[in-house]
Amino acid sequence: MSVIRHHIPDAMLASYAAGTLPQSFSVVVAAHVSMCAQCRAALEAHQAVGGLLLESCAAEPVSGRLRQDVLAQLDAPFTPEPCYDRSGIFPGPVVAAMKGRQPKWKTLGMGVRQDILMADNSGSVRLLYIPAGQAVPDHGHNGLELTLVLQGSFSDETGQFGAGDLEVADEEVDHTPVAGASGPCICLAATDAPLRFRAFMPRLLQPLFRI
Amino acid sequence: MLIETADIQPLRSPLHASKARREESRYVTQKDPGFSQQTVWMIAVRDGRDRAAFAALFDYFAPRLKGFVIRAGAPPPQAEEIVQDVMLTVWRKAATFDPHRAQVSAWIYQIARNRQIDVARKENRPVPEELREEPGLEPDASQILGLEQEAGQLKQALAQLKPEQRDILEKAYLGELTHQEISRQTGLPLGTIKSRIRLGLQRLRHELKDLMS
Repeated sequence: MSVIRHHIPDAMLASYAAGTLPQSFSVVVAAHVSMCAQCRAALEAHQAVGGLLLESCAAEPVSGRLRQDVLAQLDAPFTPEPCYDRSGIFPGPVVAAMKGRQPKWKTLGMGVRQDILMADNSGSVRLLYIPAGQAVPDHGHNGLELTLVLQGSFSDETGQFGAGDLEVADEEVDHTPVAGASGPCICLAATDAPLRFRAFMPRLLQPLFRI
Repeated sequence: MLIETADIQPLRSPLHASKARREESRYVTQKDPGFSQQTVWMIAVRDGRDRAAFAALFDYFAPRLKGFVIRAGAPPPQAEEIVQDVMLTVWRKAATFDPHRAQVSAWIYQIARNRQIDVARKENRPVPEELREEPGLEPDASQILGLEQEAGQLKQALAQLKPEQRDILEKAYLGELTHQEISRQTGLPLGTIKSRIRLGLQRLRHELKDLMS
């Protein structure tokens, strides 16, 4: 794996640990942490802080029945939650967001493809496939956009991003990512609001294509 | 506490094929008085499916968890349901507890946050892939102790915070602040804390790199 140079901002890791990050961003954070030992260690440090606060939390007495119930259920059969492993370039949390299937690419034109993994009022998560050397149309966005490179690389006005790197772009950034020349770039991109493409298609059509 | 360390004896019914290694890890634990009581209980649950140790963990954590989830916004009738789910997860997912990387309280904290969010949002929170220990890896008592010492220093740092700083921190980690609020607030109390745990983090990071390479 290439050296990861662009990481998750610490406040975002704290927010993920506390569970206040929108679902769309949580997918990206979980995916990056699966690829990045440095961010995993930082996340686990936040969890250590949370654990100490839990330990010093004012205790509320629990009912005797709760204790009995829990101890009585230790041998009860249960269905473990599905656990998704990495599949090829896709880290476990991305495979989980795809519910274990392979990507279903839909073409966006100019060789660019996408697979929307989730989209609702709280934001969207999608996979993007950008052919080598291809530019993704200049786009701004409402709110924040996280882009995690899963394969290949891209560069834009703010820098170069390789596999495992995370770009955090706020609405001030109007950028034109260009995929590296060595091969197609596959990214996981999340927003907490719909994207606004400029040159790509009329804004009116965006709801139709959910981008 | 109801249970003393001495009660946690090796069981004779190990579930895993790696019996010898598990016995070994229990041996390391019992020989070493430096581990916290919670860590000793949790290792006994993980390796020996030790019910007495689990009951001790329940008695220690369940009332704290209940206070925690109520403070984090769960209605009291729902709070005990969440505590029940969390404690059963502690038992069922004990195999994923790794004392080289996490304090018991930190491990339970993330189970509790996951559970409370899943209940509130009615969808599963995305979680990172679990790291799997290499088979045959011996437990490293010095790493476990080192992490506990770092956590002890972190605890002291927390105790030295001004009340209003501590309040912000509690709100943040209980999920009472939004993502934007946390972005604005961190840096203040977290800066102090981060400088204290940097070494521990570095050590953790190196361990993880070894695991992932």
